[in-house]
This record gives sequence, structure tokens and C-alpha cells, in this order.
Amino acid sequence: MYVIVVGGGKVGYYLSKQLLAEGHEVLLLEKDRRRHALVAEELGDVAVQGDGCEVRVMREAGFGRADVIVAVTGDDEDNLVICQMAKASFETPRTVARVNNPENQVLFQRLGIDTTVSSTQIIFNLIEQQIEPGEVIPLGALRNGNIEVVAISVSEKSPVLSKSVRSLPLPGHSLIISLVRNDNAVLPESDTIFIANDTVIVLVHAADEPRLREIFAEKG
Amino acid sequence: MTDSSSLKVVVLGCGRVGSTLAKQLTLEGHSVTVVDLTKDSFRRLGPKFRGQRVVGTGLDRDTLEKAGIASANVFFAVTQGDNTNIMAAQIAKEVYSIPRVLARIYDPIRAQAYREMGIITLCTTTLAASVLHSAALQTPDASGLLATAQEWDRDYLTRLG
Repeated sequence: MYVIVVGGGKVGYYLSKQLLAEGHEVLLLEKDRRRHALVAEELGDVAVQGDGCEVRVMREAGFGRADVIVAVTGDDEDNLVICQMAKASFETPRTVARVNNPENQVLFQRLGIDTTVSSTQIIFNLIEQQIEPGEVIPLGALRNGNIEVVAISVSEKSPVLSKSVRSLPLPGHSLIISLVRNDNAVLPESDTIFIANDTVIVLVHAADEPRLREIFAEKG
Repeated sequence: MTDSSSLKVVVLGCGRVGSTLAKQLTLEGHSVTVVDLTKDSFRRLGPKFRGQRVVGTGLDRDTLEKAGIASANVFFAVTQGDNTNIMAAQIAKEVYSIPRVLARIYDPIRAQAYREMGIITLCTTTLAASVLHSAALQTPDASGLLATAQEWDRDYLTRLG
């Protein structure tokens, strides 16, 4: 694959190195001359100096034949514009944007970015997972952010313990897609019984998420 | 929009363009809120400015809501950064459904791309270049354009400066 990484900070640098090691063709675009000189010392010709928001620079970098554009600068507005301009001017098949403010994740998806990654959100989710068993943890959002994928860990006090999938009053726009039990993914059936320490993976319409939360929440 | 004669306007960026727009619109009786990263920039509005001032980034939902974006009719994105203006304009349009969203963009290519995506963009680079070009070559429309520009500057001096 030909992957163009825009932003030569720590994320862009290590990402480029990893992609190169896996045998991909990589170009790393960095706007700042000093930062570019630094990464070019190790990456050589792979690192190119230029502003990834400028169509002239994009054309010279070969955006037209790139399979993936990854925008990982420290500024969300730049990552958004890089991906949108790549789509608008070069019909890039796949765009990936780093999102620094997690609030922007859903917005970017609505604005046509194929994949968004928020390290802030991932770390936040991990912390939540550590301190709040029994909580509903968002794993990701699908198209437009209307549908969420959430994980729910079944605690010792959960009201769903010993109940079957069929007996739960699940909201209309929700679907249990998997159950993780003792590190194995189980395909749940209507008579599957929930036991403590199960992790339930559910696809749910954003509007129905609070209702889902109520069903699994510990009482008292 | 209940009363088109009095608009609720949010201006993002209190530079020369933003402050001029804000002063002009408040003088005409519109309700204006100006948003800028630094409090210092609000000095351009002068002591008589009757609108609101909000410090913060225009890409932050909290700041925009403090500026009353939820009920605004018009949103101007006129900061120094093209990408900031582009992203703020899209937030105003997509998240808050503001009916009139306008952005000043220096890069003509970006101005055209986002115009096609439904944002009213004005590229001041090509605007200035083409007016100056007409003036230098004394094209038929040159005198009209220059007279209009002069009128705007006079208006600025007498009413807004």
C-alpha cells in the first residue's frame, strides 16, 4: 500500500517507521523545517517538507495514487482539512484522522472522515474500565455517530445475572453482537444465561443507550 | 428567523475584518457576539462597542455555546487560520444548523472546495489580486471597483474607526 502520513511529530514518526518495517511505501509530510530535518535524518527521502493542506504539495507528494492518507498533526482543524481536501481533490479511498479533542470524533465522521482515532478517548475508556465495573463503555461509533458499539461488564451485583438474553427488555434499536466469557468470544443465543464477569458487546442506537445502561446497572 | 431586520450574529476572530464587521453590525442594531483567543484583540472594537465579547477557541463547543451560537442566524469565521475558519464554519453549519455561515479563506483552492460543500467562502487573496490587477491594467471595471473601495474606507473612517 502507498500510505501518506501528514504530521511528523512523535505519532507520525513512529507510525511511518512501523509502516516501513511492514514493507509499505510511505511518505511523511512535515510542515516545520526544523522538525522535518530531524525526522529526515533517520527516514531519509521518506520525509518530505511541505504543508499537507496545500493542494500543490499534495499533488507533488502523490496524493492521487495514495491508498490511505493519515493525518496525525497536533491540530484537529488541520487533520480535518487534510482528509477532506484529499477526498475532494484526489478521491482518496481511505482517510484516517487523529482527533485530539474527543468531542470532535463524531463530528469528523459526520464530515466524511473514514476513521478517527482519539488517544484521549482511548486512555479515558481504559481508565473508566478500571474504576467502574458494571458501566457501559463506548468502544466506537459507526457512520454519523448514530450507532454506538459499547461493552458492558456484568458485575457480581448486576440485575441480569442468571437471566437469559431473551428475557431482557432490550430497547428496539439494540443488538447483542458478542459475549466475552473467560477470554473467549461467545455468539449469544436467545437462551444464553449471563454470568458474572461476562463482557457483553452491544450495537445500540445512540438514543437507546441510556435505556441499555438501566437494564445492566447494579441497583443500590 | 423571526425578524430579519435584527439578526443574531457570532463573529469568530477579532482581527481587522472581524472587528470591523462586528462594529458595523452593532451600529445597524444587530445583536453581535465576538469570539477570540485573546482578550487583547477586543481592543480593536473600541470602548463604545455594545456587543458581547467571549474569550476562547471557536472550535470548542463550550465557547461557541457561551457565544450563543445555538440561537444565531449568522456565523462569520474570520480568524487568521484558514483551517480554523473551515472547521468552525462546518461546526456552525452541521452541529448548530446556522442558516448563514460565511468564512474568509486565504487559499483560493480551499475557498473553492468548501464553497462546493455549501459554505459561503470569500477568498481575500484573489479578491485583492484581481482588483489591483484591474487597477494596474485600467480595465473597464477598474474605476468602479476603486470608487467602491474608497467609499468603504470613507465609511470606515466616519462611522467605525
